[in-house]
Amino acid sequence: MSLDLHAAAPPDPGPSRAARPTHRRTASLTRLDLTYSPYLYVLPFFVILVVFSAYPIAYTVWIALTDRSPLNPTISFVGLDNFVELITDDPQFWNAVVNTFGMFLLSTVPQLLLALVLANALNRKLRAQTFFRMAIAMPVITSTAVVALIFSMIYAKDFGLVNWLLDSVGLGPIDWRANRYASWFAISTMVDWRWVGYNALIYLAAMQSINKDLYEAASLDGASRRRQFWSITIPQLRPTIIFTLIISTIGGLQLFTEPLLFTSGSGGLSGGSEGQFQTITMYLLDVMNQRFRWGYAGAVALVLFLLIALMSTVNYLLARRISSDT
Amino acid sequence: MSVPTRRRRFAAIALASVALLATATACGDDSSDSGSSDGPVTLVVDVFGDQGFGYDELYRQYEADHPNVKIQERGKGLGLGDYNTRLTQQITAGSGAGDIVALEEGTIVQFYAQADKFVNLADHGANDLKGNFLPWKWEQGTTPDGKVLGLGTDVGSMALCYRSDLFSAAGLPSDREQVGALWPTWDQFIATGRKFAAADRKHKFVDSATNFYNVVLMQTAGAGTGYTYYDKSNKLVIGENPDVKASYDLTTTMIAAGLSNNLQSFSNEWNAGFKNGTFATIACPAWMTGVIKGQAGDAAAGKWDIAKAPGNGGNWGGSFLAVPKSSKHAKEAAELAKFLTSSKGQIEAFKKLGNLPSSPQALADPAVVDATNDYFSKAPIGKIFGAGASELKPVYLGPKNNAVRTAVENSLRAVEQGKSAEEQWQAALKNGAAAGK
Repeated sequence: MSLDLHAAAPPDPGPSRAARPTHRRTASLTRLDLTYSPYLYVLPFFVILVVFSAYPIAYTVWIALTDRSPLNPTISFVGLDNFVELITDDPQFWNAVVNTFGMFLLSTVPQLLLALVLANALNRKLRAQTFFRMAIAMPVITSTAVVALIFSMIYAKDFGLVNWLLDSVGLGPIDWRANRYASWFAISTMVDWRWVGYNALIYLAAMQSINKDLYEAASLDGASRRRQFWSITIPQLRPTIIFTLIISTIGGLQLFTEPLLFTSGSGGLSGGSEGQFQTITMYLLDVMNQRFRWGYAGAVALVLFLLIALMSTVNYLLARRISSDT
Repeated sequence: MSVPTRRRRFAAIALASVALLATATACGDDSSDSGSSDGPVTLVVDVFGDQGFGYDELYRQYEADHPNVKIQERGKGLGLGDYNTRLTQQITAGSGAGDIVALEEGTIVQFYAQADKFVNLADHGANDLKGNFLPWKWEQGTTPDGKVLGLGTDVGSMALCYRSDLFSAAGLPSDREQVGALWPTWDQFIATGRKFAAADRKHKFVDSATNFYNVVLMQTAGAGTGYTYYDKSNKLVIGENPDVKASYDLTTTMIAAGLSNNLQSFSNEWNAGFKNGTFATIACPAWMTGVIKGQAGDAAAGKWDIAKAPGNGGNWGGSFLAVPKSSKHAKEAAELAKFLTSSKGQIEAFKKLGNLPSSPQALADPAVVDATNDYFSKAPIGKIFGAGASELKPVYLGPKNNAVRTAVENSLRAVEQGKSAEEQWQAALKNGAAAGK
């Protein structure tokens, strides 16, 4: 990588400098300064990038091709064996993939729809507008761990709030951790509680930048509010919707803290007695820290990366259709 | 001020910040010990568990006797799983671990493979101390090729803790001798549980299937094959070892009888179970007495008591102290480890937390033999736990013991949640094999 700095280089100082030798040092330092210090200024970013991103990624690729484990005295190169085993012979991994996608769909779809509706409501003239706008963003500043702890008490089997309510209306209590879909639902509510407001705020900001003339023209033509929402607001929000979709995809496929803290005690990484809510990231750590297969864990990490890239592309293509429909 | 000077100063600041960044990222080794071995030495001791190891008083004594040594403890409150994950990474990376690290019975085998990352304590005169440890404990701390990896701290031994108030309310005897006489075998323990369940519908007899299972397995394996999921050549034998299946079957019988409170061990619900008093018995290695006292709290003082466990003794848990090679003060650390695991040190930890000594001298000491525990209705803990400890045979635990154990425990939890015991046994075999791969 190189930067063309000639344009910024100082003009030739001319012979007058040479005549005054005391200034020559300053001049050459200035030139040095101008040539190299920009690199110096951007260096911290690249140092951090290399140390915390490039090196770990390169190392993950390398380790995924080995059988590295603290239990093995030597490291041997195994080629693509880890990937072959992962794809063809690992039901636990595919179980984790299904869980992750299930919870991703169950949380993201209602989350983004709800955020759109909320943002639309907040975009109108309301009493105590600022209060409502701030209130919906509040959950984002709480710690995930705390949210997960509180929700795991709400969904507790014996003394939980939800089961108490279910019991009092005559429906039996549900063992939220034993049933696969119940656990997905419970975890999705945690995610949504936390992120709906955040997305709503992003949508709201985008909605406010939509030109008001469009709405005015539409209402003059007799378009209803609903029609305006679908025909003006949504197409205008397209880049924002793509952004939130991709961010939610990354977050959703890396779902970790909520399902991990949904249970406590020994065996938390297993995500339930039969892996009912073990996500890919939990399985990754299970493989790495319980089974000490570091090389295999590297392969899991890379496949997760590919899945996220794939899903982001799919979402992007889907979201692009928003405008072509209209 | 001329422009170039100001620019130069900016450049200098930028350079300085880059240099700072470079040092910040370069120094991965941030262990707190500095200074040569002549000067003052800070020794870091890594332990785990909610209650730690009960060494505070011993540290103070040691610091008083060795003015050049300062001791810093880390890890109290950290669960074994998290602790072991971190330790494995630190040992593999060769930096960051304490000067002394605690290794648990279930995980020490994993570190046999990394014995070259630990100081061979035999080089620091540990072999002279062999007589200070129960033979099987010494054997567990020594690698197959004879390196002394860790010195024993405590052993689990085995008993049964029970709520005497719930027992008498259910019409069962509450005296600890008579309670122990109720269950010479585990089958009779389950039979007693059925009687209890018939009389008391509000409380469950046992806290969780997994605690019950672990105790039964360690006892059965101690009396039988001498190993659990791995045989002594580290081959996974979860399906072939009859002791594992027998313990699994006994546990599912217990679950089918409706005796389990279905609480995941060491979970928030389990802790709440102690506080709310929802179950009547819990399988009790010596270290569990500290857990019960910590979780049930003062409100339950005098309600708990300790009786002999069904079957013939057994052991679950207990730890070792080891010195990683990354320690800059291996000699001093080895000395401190020897001090902490001496019979005197073990007696002190026993007084503090009830961790049963692994030293025969300490086990014979009046301070242990005559010890009673006020919290457990003055139960003679020294006698109850000490009785079987010296005759135990060691149970060999393989390198990925904890991962395989988690797979079987998950199956038992699924049975508690209503799944078929037979199907879950197949799942345990499959997941256990995957975990041990």
